[in-house]
Amino acid sequence: MMSDLDFAADHFALFGLPRSQQLDSAALDLRFRQLQTEVHPDRHVQAGDAGQRLSMQWASRVNEAYQTLKNPLRRALYLLQLTGHDPQVENNTAMPADFLFRQMELRESVAEARRDGDEGVLEAARLQLVQEIAAVHRRLIELMDGEHEYVAASGLVRQLMFQEKLLGEIDDALEVVAS
Amino acid sequence: MALLQIVEPGETTAPHQHRLAVGIDLGTTNSLVATVRSGMSVVLNDVQGHSLLPSVVRYLADGRVEIGRTAEKHRSLDPKNTIVSVKRLMGRGRGDIAHGETLPHDFVDGEGMVRIRTIAGIKSPVEVSAEILKVLRQRAEAALGGELIGAVITVPAYFDDAQRQATKDAARLAGLNVLRLLNEPTAAAIAYGLDNASEGVFAVFDLGGGTFDISILRLSKGIFEVLATGGDSALGGDDFDHRVFCWIIEQAGLRPLSPHDARLLQAHAREAKEYLSSHGEAPITIKLGSGEYVDLLLTTDSFTEITRTLVQKTLTATKKALRDAGLTVGDIRGVVMVGGSTRMPQIQQAVAELFGQEPLNNLDPDKVVALGAAMQANLLAGNRAAGDDWLLLDVIPLSLGLETMGGLVEKVIPRNSTLPIARAQEFTTFKDGQTALAIHIVQGERELVADCRSLGRFELRGIPPLVAGAARIRVTFQVDADGLLSVTAREQSTGCEAHIEVKPSYGLSDDEIAVMLKESFTHAGDDAFRRALREAQVEAQRLLEATRSALEDSSTLLSPAERETIDRAIVKLEAVMLGDDRRAIDAAMQALGAATEDFAARRMNQSVQRALAGKTIDQISP
Ligand SMILES: Nc1ncnc2c1ncn2[C@@H]1O[C@H](COP(=O)(O)OP(=O)(O)OP(=O)(O)O)[C@@H](O)[C@H]1O
Ligand SMILES: [Mg+2]
Repeated sequence: MMSDLDFAADHFALFGLPRSQQLDSAALDLRFRQLQTEVHPDRHVQAGDAGQRLSMQWASRVNEAYQTLKNPLRRALYLLQLTGHDPQVENNTAMPADFLFRQMELRESVAEARRDGDEGVLEAARLQLVQEIAAVHRRLIELMDGEHEYVAASGLVRQLMFQEKLLGEIDDALEVVAS
Repeated sequence: MALLQIVEPGETTAPHQHRLAVGIDLGTTNSLVATVRSGMSVVLNDVQGHSLLPSVVRYLADGRVEIGRTAEKHRSLDPKNTIVSVKRLMGRGRGDIAHGETLPHDFVDGEGMVRIRTIAGIKSPVEVSAEILKVLRQRAEAALGGELIGAVITVPAYFDDAQRQATKDAARLAGLNVLRLLNEPTAAAIAYGLDNASEGVFAVFDLGGGTFDISILRLSKGIFEVLATGGDSALGGDDFDHRVFCWIIEQAGLRPLSPHDARLLQAHAREAKEYLSSHGEAPITIKLGSGEYVDLLLTTDSFTEITRTLVQKTLTATKKALRDAGLTVGDIRGVVMVGGSTRMPQIQQAVAELFGQEPLNNLDPDKVVALGAAMQANLLAGNRAAGDDWLLLDVIPLSLGLETMGGLVEKVIPRNSTLPIARAQEFTTFKDGQTALAIHIVQGERELVADCRSLGRFELRGIPPLVAGAARIRVTFQVDADGLLSVTAREQSTGCEAHIEVKPSYGLSDDEIAVMLKESFTHAGDDAFRRALREAQVEAQRLLEATRSALEDSSTLLSPAERETIDRAIVKLEAVMLGDDRRAIDAAMQALGAATEDFAARRMNQSVQRALAGKTIDQISP
């Protein structure tokens, strides 16, 4: 497998990691640094224009792979794509009612805290959401690596996208409130 | 402060191989230049022994230009022609300038960037900055006894693409070969990290004269990895001065001020602010142009009160950077303080309170950025010594995107992505038979195009006329290690390729720069032609050395035929290299680059495999 490794290798192969949702993040970080140490343009300062271009492409490639694997949502989307499963993020908007209800509740309290300029409420909502997201990450590992339930996993992935969007909104609100 | 020892003295490269390179901190208030000498990073002084060059430029009627201390003396005497804090104008339009109304200049709207009308003509901020850089280049060349092969210029981490592009243009205009634009807090982290052999996650809090940056970095085994950066490219000591300035006007009930009085007040405001850093109160006595006196006492409490919101802004940006890094204050091992404005006790206290620890002040906040930049310059010049094995991974501070329907922004590259980075996005036509597509590139975090900075527009033509939605147009953003963007669009539904690259429209065109460069060298009595030729020769020499050493350690990757092609290209380059035909040298370098392209790709694959071969998969699998 090692000998096939080239620019077109998939992200997992590039980092020498098994194709799974479960990921050894220390190993990922280590490999990332080892790879950048080899390919980064600053390591090829003598190489001339063509060499610099090549190393910029490689370094961009390694960065992209790292960002994709590091983020559990992006990693899941990538894995689904690699294994030929369409997570239907564009056209499937069905979500469990209790999930939607919970999201609406959170969203309302965020909007209210934003209006009132209540940083404490926002921080608390953020912390809670981060914990909920972590729980979904754990469940995704079970569904994808253990049970191979890709349809259910796709549903969770769509929920995660929802939650991450809300997280972004909380961050925005925190910024507005603080300034 | 301790000198920064990065190699054993015996390990430095032989003197004849040492390539002269410098790091330049082009500051809002002060600029300075440093270099690595015998393995140590040192700031270079002028002949009077000053290290800081005030970033002040004065244009005179007879065409002379005064820079630095002499110009600074004329701040209030000749305010219209004496330009201070020009960095705040870089890559900025007329409307972007904070407190523009209190500045004594005649501003002129220019394409993309504001210009200033002076007695010596209309000047762009790029030209003004180039004057400062030229002085530093000359200082360095005099001190080092030779021509520089290049410079690392620092920029605030929060500078956007237009501001970076403008800085690079200024350097080129000053006759400097830019090895890299380096973010100021990252430069400080290099100097700090290498000096203290630090490991862990650090924050660099950099409050200078005109800009504020906060960067969160992980230092691990020689790798400086920026996790997130944030700040405000229009927040610095100048704004604290401005608050005091307004306070004086209000307290003394002053009418509209003459430009001379305004500058005078500004100078006194700054003095009082700096005095307060080590005293409980600051007396302010000013004799106005009219002969009237202003006599006031500014106490620490009043100062704290009138600048509270500015301090608050730095904390807000700091918290945002922490969130972006996915960290909390508890994860931060130390907070490195950089920039003259961190001398204010209000800032020290606020930072200590937020992080729950005393900030680190053991580096000279004025010099640390230049020292770090010099270390990076030394490395990029090819002077890497044994054991000098560190690498910098920086990020882009602001998201990049494209305008889509309804004036909305589609983000293509999110802020805090590690550089370099390439991202592609597919677009399609929205009308039947549409053969052109307008592409508008913007930078910023907001959802509406109108709230982001416009970096450039271009049009992709020659799309085959198809029904709406059938064409496939792939737009690729590439951001290089300087944080500079180039964009490519390609139509691919029919295999027909239309391809265009843009550079953001801010700054000067290459032609404009070429003309100015020629002029500047003519004035200085220098010879732009010979200089460019020597640069090409040095480049060629480097390329030959690199190619030879590559052939030495991986010749097995080549077939005899390939080897022969490369050898021929080497011979050709050697033949033209010592001549004075710069075009021929460039062409021969291109040819050698092309001949070694596959070889280089194979070598890269090999080194990637080598990187992974260090550990087997079993060892690192969960
Ligand atoms: N003792 C002091 N107390 C308060 N402020 C100070 C003190 N000494 C210097 N400053 C302020 O520090 C600022 C200059 O700092 P510095 O030289 O780090 O900025 P710069 O590098 O030129 O600017 P920037 O990094 O924003 O481009 C000025 O606003 C100056 O008034
Ligand atoms: Mg500075």
